[in-house]
Amino acid sequence: MTDATLRSLPTAAPTSAAPPRRDIGLKRRYGAERRFKAYGIAAVGTGLFFLCWLLYTVISQGYTAFWQTEIRLPITFAANIVDPRGTGNPDMATLQRANYPKLAQDAIVAKLGIDPADRGAARDAAALVSANVRAELRDVVASDLTLIGKTQEVWILANSVVDSGVKGQFDLSVEESRRPLNDRQLGYIQQLEQDGALEQRFNWGLFTFGNSSRAEAAGLGVALIGSAWMMLIVLVVSLPIGVAASIYLEEFAPKNKFTDFIEVNINNLAAVPSIVYGLLGLAVFINYMSLPRSSALVGGLVLSLMTLPTIIIATRAALKAVPPSIRAAALGLGASKNQMVFHHVLPLAMPGILTGTIIGLAHALGETAPLLLIGMVAFVADYPATPLDASTALPVQIYMWANEAERAFVERSSGAIIVLLIFLALMNFFAIILRRRFERRW
Amino acid sequence: MMENVSFASTGAHARPVDLPVKMHGRKVEVFYGQKQALHGVDLEIPERQVTALIGPSGCGKSTFLRCLNRMNDTVEGARVVGDITLDGEDIYNKNIDVVELRARVGMVFQKPNPFPKSIFENVAYGPKIHGLAKNKAHLREIVETSLKRAGLFEEVKDRLDEPGTGLSGGQQQRLCIARAIAVSPEVILMDEPCSALDPIATATVEELIDELKQNYTIVIVTHSMQQAARVSQRTAMFHLGRIVEVGPTEKMFSNPDDKRTQDYITGRFG
Repeated sequence: MTDATLRSLPTAAPTSAAPPRRDIGLKRRYGAERRFKAYGIAAVGTGLFFLCWLLYTVISQGYTAFWQTEIRLPITFAANIVDPRGTGNPDMATLQRANYPKLAQDAIVAKLGIDPADRGAARDAAALVSANVRAELRDVVASDLTLIGKTQEVWILANSVVDSGVKGQFDLSVEESRRPLNDRQLGYIQQLEQDGALEQRFNWGLFTFGNSSRAEAAGLGVALIGSAWMMLIVLVVSLPIGVAASIYLEEFAPKNKFTDFIEVNINNLAAVPSIVYGLLGLAVFINYMSLPRSSALVGGLVLSLMTLPTIIIATRAALKAVPPSIRAAALGLGASKNQMVFHHVLPLAMPGILTGTIIGLAHALGETAPLLLIGMVAFVADYPATPLDASTALPVQIYMWANEAERAFVERSSGAIIVLLIFLALMNFFAIILRRRFERRW
Repeated sequence: MMENVSFASTGAHARPVDLPVKMHGRKVEVFYGQKQALHGVDLEIPERQVTALIGPSGCGKSTFLRCLNRMNDTVEGARVVGDITLDGEDIYNKNIDVVELRARVGMVFQKPNPFPKSIFENVAYGPKIHGLAKNKAHLREIVETSLKRAGLFEEVKDRLDEPGTGLSGGQQQRLCIARAIAVSPEVILMDEPCSALDPIATATVEELIDELKQNYTIVIVTHSMQQAARVSQRTAMFHLGRIVEVGPTEKMFSNPDDKRTQDYITGRFG
């Protein structure tokens, strides 16, 4: 329509003359924009580079921790060793005392066809097997007493030195006296591998074993349970307190000097170094309230204190972000303030609150310093049955393993870092899912 | 009680004859902190009529409207002096509960503000919190009647479960009106209800206001002279926190007493 009208204008009409072009600094303005974009890309690139480097280091060092060399041996549960009194139904104490390493040694000597009289060779062969074989074989017998006197194929853990050697983690070409495996042992390993009796299997023990001074038998089981207890305690303690405090401060509290003071303090608390919370927990929960040291309960309470400011700040921000028009609509209909908050404001603030809470939890999951102060660096081999039992936490376990000298612990601490990172990623993923889910309710 | 009798006595301003006063503000002063927004406003609001509050921006008309259901209570540092009665009862009296007051004096806001819930839930919310519905069927009936009265039912009857925020602007505003009338208020306050709407939606809402006045007392704040002229029976002109003139709409727009009213409605200022 317009085109047609324009075209139908008499051609004689002169075009208006353009005034001289002004310099309005276009070049400079676009230049500034391009420079800023370049800075931004450089910043993001740097961040990504370091992230990739971190992930590469951790994964390349740690992925092998998920495999563990094991040896399959036909163990003869000789009655004279397992059940020396010949009762046929030995009690637990007897089973505890039995000389299982001897069973393993006999089995591996027989398997490799070594002359039992050659004590040096027998000792070298027996050293391939983890010292943890005592516990392993005991558990096998205890779960099935009919095995006594019979022979059964059992996969048992190889010594961590064998494990590291098989994974190529130390140089086997150096002269014999300077490496932890001698030539004879290397020969045995080769022989077992050819028989299919030595292979790398998925390391379930990493997730189920407690701590151990033997790398091959050290696992994250206790740390996982401890961390799970603590996350539960943090959630149960800090979510209701944090949300209630924020709702009160944001919706009900009068705005005066006192509430301003509280607000400033909450913001400051979020910035307090976490180790200070550890000292607070030590003073209050352990020294004053006499709760058991190194327990998940104390750890969880300390982490709750630490997480509270984060949750309060996130919740208040989420409440503030709810449009005032929704509040006015509810009040205008005659909703009480309480109804306004719980029927309208809180549901709308939910995604923000949940995201804040999960980020707070993730932060707490990765926290080490306050836990060191309340004694969670303890060496814990047994599963904690309740939050009052001694336990440890994932990051603390990493810290402890990272202090060990053995090569196999380096691999394990990296493996534990991978596990921790996976948990953090899962929590963030969960936060996103929850956010989406609640936001879909318009 | 006196207000309910009639407009027989002549006040300072011309008043419609034989109409009971629903709400009455006397010497209403409002302070926001140190700032005084209203300086002694006197206004009678006749029952089942549309009263329009007009005046330039910042003149205090919305402030006065928000005093009528005590929405100013929610503003930090706001203070109301003077008295405002509903059926002769002082609404700022201690024994008047603000929740109950707002169930009697409903409000429709400038920007349509449906709850982010379904259309049904939006309308049902008021009756639910006040316990007005005996059972589910009754609630459904209230919702349908309200939507019908707001002239929205035909458009949304097949999608009552869909979000109220998904409607068009005009539909949303009618939804807000339906939501307000679902609690059967006696007075409905409207704060520039059409300022966010296009002319067609505005016309629909104006027709609706005209119908609603048979059952409800309506007070409407508007920036549009034409709208005030079209929908209201009585108009009050505010300026700088005072009422300049109040009277029957026809008279206000044809033959105002005050020079400022004259100037404002002819577009010379404001």
